[in-house]
Amino acid sequence: MTAKTVLNDTHRALGARMVDFGGWDMPINYGSQIEEHHAVRGDAGMFDVSHMTVIDLHGPRTRDFLRHLLANSVDKLKVSGKALYSCMLNERGGVIDDLIVYFFDDAHYRLVVNAATRAKDLAWIEAQAKDFDVVVKERPEFAMIAVQGPNARGKVIALLHEGDRPRIEKLGKFAAAAAQGPHGMPLFVARTGYTGEDGFEIIVPEEHAVALWQALVDAGVKPCGLGARDTLRLEAGMNLYGQDMDEDVSPWEANLGWTIAFDEGRDFIGRSALEAQKAEGVKRVMVGLVLDDKGVLRHGQKVLTAQGEGEILSGSFSPTLEKAIAFARIPAGEPGDIRVDIRGRELPVRLVRYPFVRDGKPCEGI
Amino acid sequence: MSEIPGDLKFLKSHEWARVEDDGTVRVGISDHAQAALGDLVYVELPEVGASVQAGNGVAVVESVKAASDIYAPVSGEIVSVNEALTDKPETINEDAFGDGWLFVIRPSDRGELDELLDADAYAEQIENEDH
Repeated sequence: MTAKTVLNDTHRALGARMVDFGGWDMPINYGSQIEEHHAVRGDAGMFDVSHMTVIDLHGPRTRDFLRHLLANSVDKLKVSGKALYSCMLNERGGVIDDLIVYFFDDAHYRLVVNAATRAKDLAWIEAQAKDFDVVVKERPEFAMIAVQGPNARGKVIALLHEGDRPRIEKLGKFAAAAAQGPHGMPLFVARTGYTGEDGFEIIVPEEHAVALWQALVDAGVKPCGLGARDTLRLEAGMNLYGQDMDEDVSPWEANLGWTIAFDEGRDFIGRSALEAQKAEGVKRVMVGLVLDDKGVLRHGQKVLTAQGEGEILSGSFSPTLEKAIAFARIPAGEPGDIRVDIRGRELPVRLVRYPFVRDGKPCEGI
Repeated sequence: MSEIPGDLKFLKSHEWARVEDDGTVRVGISDHAQAALGDLVYVELPEVGASVQAGNGVAVVESVKAASDIYAPVSGEIVSVNEALTDKPETINEDAFGDGWLFVIRPSDRGELDELLDADAYAEQIENEDH
């Protein structure tokens, strides 16, 4: 069975090409993925991300629960509305999912987790929550629209109730607040995203989602499919769960070490495994690659290094750089000259520090 | 979706073949195929002079989304390839049945052309795919 977001008919009416995405019938593009990509880099584009799972957590011990559940530390969240990116690990230090946690107060937090991992995430969270008497409440009645690009914030803010505009204008990165949208609809506006551009991710009650989408179209925001979302996030150096990491990959091996908080005395799930791996030395690393030759780096291609074989994780043609870029997981140590096997031909690739693109421009050294 | 030209023959795998006045066979991918692949970014063409077998992969087109093998509709020798695609692969998106052609084969067995789908049969196949 394929699930549909409340915007499904809207996408079809706009001529979207629909594909199955983790059990959801979603738009991959509305014509040209590359044009949509450039719209986000240069102006403003929007994505229906209503398939993502919103989970509210309630109870006096919610903060303690999240200190146990997440590898990053919710103690960093001190102001209501602040958000944090974190991995949720198993006991082996493998990544069950990556997510964003929003802080309302010590007894109320919100998680936004991936669509494809919804069922296992909910099962895991509920199982862990029992010891803390935390109530886990999925919020399927919410839709979500990501509006991204250098002009995205301006276009969204113009649609808000006048009284809310100065406050949302001042919203810092990785912070969220409630605001009134067109016709007084209640919005939860977060200055987050998955494209490497500024913008908002907006949570809206389903019954208002079509009207909000239409208001954004009228404001000149270009509808963009999940195809463009994928090339944008890859250029921005952001991991995709299932492709760049999974339950058999630790944050160390997925370049997510920066999201682990070894704060003193906090016993989070996976901590001892991560510490053991660190002490032993991490065997595999995730790197960025650029192919200067013609061709496209793709998931699953073999990567040859002086230390042995690795593989391409996320790989694609980069519309901004007009060449192929990828993440790869390779053996740790000096890799020497790196080559990628594309249909039996070994092509040289360059190891680079990513992000590949930030704020619309190629990064230095790319 | 543009009209399918009636003088074309098709493989089920969405390659088209057109018999030219000089008896050679020009090959490309259908408009339906380019739309399904999305923006094309790279084309790997065969060598001129290479001999090819009907049904074998002889070229590759890559979109942002995926790489796709292109099969030879007939056996024979490659007599020309569309070099312009190397710099402008998006030509296939813009004009799949015209300027977006891939290569030309001098067929060794013209009887193989009879095995291909005609335009109506191909139209019916993609109609069924969409349901």
